[in-house]
Amino acid sequence: MSAPVRNDKITQPRLSSVGWLRWMWRQLTSMRTALLLLLLLALAAVPGSIFPQRSIDATRTAQWLADNPKVGPILDRLGFFEVYASPWFAAIYLLLFVSLVGCVLPRSKVHWAALRNRPPRAPKNPERLGASLVETVDGTPDEVLDRWRTTLRDKRFRVDSHDDSSVSAEKGYAKETGNLVFHIALIGILIGVGIGHLWGWKGDLILPVGKTFANTLARYDTFAPGPWVDPTDLKPYTLQLRDFEAHFEEDPSTGQLGMPRDFTAHVEFTPAPGASVQERTIRVNHPLETGNGTVFLLGNGYAPHVTVRDAEGKELFSDTVPFLAQDNNYKSVGAIKVPGASPKQLGFAGLFLPTGTITDQGPVSMFPQPLDPHLALTVFEGDLFPGGVPQSVYTLDTSELTQLESPDGNDALRIWIKLGETYELPGGRGSIEFDGLERWAGLSIRTDPGKSLTLASALLTLAALITMLTVRRRRVFVRVSPVEPGANGQARTLVRVGGLAKDDDDGMQDEVVDLAEATGRSKDRE
Amino acid sequence: MSDLELAQLSMWSLYSAMGVFTLAMIGYATYLAGLMPAKSEQAERQRELVTAGAPAEATTDGATIDGAATTDGGSAAAGDGAAYREKGDIDTEVPLRARKAAGIAWALTVLGTVLLTAAVVLRGLEVHRMPLGNMFEFAITGSMFMMLAYVGWSLKRDLRWLGLFIVGPVLMVLGFSITIWYVEAAELMPSLKSYWLVIHVTVATISMALFGIGAALSALYLWQDRVEATGTRSSMNRLPGARQLEKLAYGLHIVAFPLWTFTVIVGAVWARQAWGAYWNWDPKEVWSFVIWVVYAAYLHARVTSGWRRQNATYIALAGFACILVNYGIVNVFFVGQHSYSGL
Repeated sequence: MSAPVRNDKITQPRLSSVGWLRWMWRQLTSMRTALLLLLLLALAAVPGSIFPQRSIDATRTAQWLADNPKVGPILDRLGFFEVYASPWFAAIYLLLFVSLVGCVLPRSKVHWAALRNRPPRAPKNPERLGASLVETVDGTPDEVLDRWRTTLRDKRFRVDSHDDSSVSAEKGYAKETGNLVFHIALIGILIGVGIGHLWGWKGDLILPVGKTFANTLARYDTFAPGPWVDPTDLKPYTLQLRDFEAHFEEDPSTGQLGMPRDFTAHVEFTPAPGASVQERTIRVNHPLETGNGTVFLLGNGYAPHVTVRDAEGKELFSDTVPFLAQDNNYKSVGAIKVPGASPKQLGFAGLFLPTGTITDQGPVSMFPQPLDPHLALTVFEGDLFPGGVPQSVYTLDTSELTQLESPDGNDALRIWIKLGETYELPGGRGSIEFDGLERWAGLSIRTDPGKSLTLASALLTLAALITMLTVRRRRVFVRVSPVEPGANGQARTLVRVGGLAKDDDDGMQDEVVDLAEATGRSKDRE
Repeated sequence: MSDLELAQLSMWSLYSAMGVFTLAMIGYATYLAGLMPAKSEQAERQRELVTAGAPAEATTDGATIDGAATTDGGSAAAGDGAAYREKGDIDTEVPLRARKAAGIAWALTVLGTVLLTAAVVLRGLEVHRMPLGNMFEFAITGSMFMMLAYVGWSLKRDLRWLGLFIVGPVLMVLGFSITIWYVEAAELMPSLKSYWLVIHVTVATISMALFGIGAALSALYLWQDRVEATGTRSSMNRLPGARQLEKLAYGLHIVAFPLWTFTVIVGAVWARQAWGAYWNWDPKEVWSFVIWVVYAAYLHARVTSGWRRQNATYIALAGFACILVNYGIVNVFFVGQHSYSGL
């Protein structure tokens, strides 16, 4: 034996760049980091519920920014209005998943080996383990061991012996399997979400009763494809809205008068050009599968039918114009654009009110059903489409328009007409007639190719979670040794049993006792 | 019976349940006050703890077999043993008056739970659907599940010491439900008309009820832990030991957590049916996600080496705080697609 070499210098280990990387990897994949990242993720998700999110409600976001000119832009730059697409939110969950992979891979390797290996050798004194039992029973050591093997196998233990006087047994491998599957399935969810983001698309449109929608890009009001979607791939089916039923709470005693109760869109669906027409309905909670996107009924409103004539009575415009509801009683905004008017183009902007009346606050609607439909409009003339820039169909671009004044010249010209009435515009500009009323259905057509993977992964997560939380990993060791035979010359054996459980496990002692009792019973049966 | 009569009966039943629970709460409080050890008993208890700290004491389970083996003799396990034994002979030490109070409280708890269940069922008959359509219905159904869980669990083990901490919060929730959350019976809005409502909201309510009991146990654990650390003389001395309370809390959380996971998954499936996308980051979804992540963090913290059980328990309580926010604040004040509170 050589004497130990003394070295008084303190040598600090020097980490190479690989060493540093390994150190960082260790830190990232440690439980503490995962825990910290989890808590951070929860914290980071909260602002998205407090501040309006652009992807969910762009109008409210714009309103919030307008109301808070000081902090608004700062928060906007920090991504508080697009939390779930912000770099910091992505950083947290990506780090979390990297940490998860870094943790799960080595553990999978270890577990794989454990699944193929034998339970470890029984300790010399198994009775010193947390749960234990010592007893003297009839039979030779070999007979006793055989009985224990049988019992343990019956109780679904994996049984093995490293020597002639002991048995090692282990069960509950499913706990770790469940744990690993749970974490891997979380990755499956992430991949499913990613697929949906890359290859999914959604398009929204407003379809008044009587009109037909053909599934081409041009017919969508808005179309939001994933980065890897080819929008020319749309299958050319058509939908014609035949009728739209809307029901609202009519019982004032509920305190919910006018709240929505049921909406049904009756459509004629033609799956492909030349195919037979199918009568279908689309309702909330009952979307229509088209084979190329699912059609959801997400909104509805009114589309007044308006006819504008020139001074000679020639029709310049006659169509249904969708208005967008602003409140629960369907006070709706919209615009009527008459480019064919001369000498100047005419534009009408204002409100539609299904049950209209005028109060101090201006025109309001009292009920969502069309009991007394009114239009409240102001009139503009000039250039409707300055520069030919695309614009909203619900508002006028008034930059090149001048507003018409009331005949006495004190106020803007305000038109208040009910269904069936005609208003003569001043100055020989013709007339506007409110000659009909239809409803429109707000349809959203969406595909998400990742949703099945996401759902399957989520269900797998749940199953694995239940497995890992309920199964217990337990080891049982049995050692036997012969003792003095009994009075009748019967062989006697001393049995020492020890049980070891992962994590704290109140039931381990019970398990050992139950096993001993079961073994005793199996002897009685012999 | 007309809907109006059903509504009347449902409310009477609910008010009666609240009256009965109030009396039960007083009973449980009297019981806990009666558990306060006298000074001499306290000294005895200290002695007992010391002896229990010594190893080589056979556990009651092992004693059934001849030649019973020893426990591992760790002080933690011995502490557990002390708690078990204490529970075993708790009645011989507790004054008769306290035991009577607990007996009455238990009978009233059962009666109140029956009345509350009747109120929920009558409300369901009145509105011709599962009573899970607004804040009021959600509150009374959730309270019912919490009481049913407590009563059911009590049949298996002595939980009289927990009664005050269950009946009290339930009474508070019911108080909110009939005042600020009350909504007249009405038909549902279109997006809620789905069989998913029954599945999604029922499981969510059960899960929240279990998380609620888990939170009560977690808080008791932290309290007991402090009492044990400082050796204060308190009614807590007669409750199960800190270690056991922590295990009970954990046991509830690992039942509630998969239920919550199920709630979120089913909610996503329903969201796809009703709103076109399975996940929209609606405020309610955000908070459901936050709750899930926080409880996941609790389960992690519990097995992270170097993290104390106390700190893990604080995370569990934070999770329950998120549940309260999700129910009491998000429903009422945040704008989103889950705005079904009817308020």
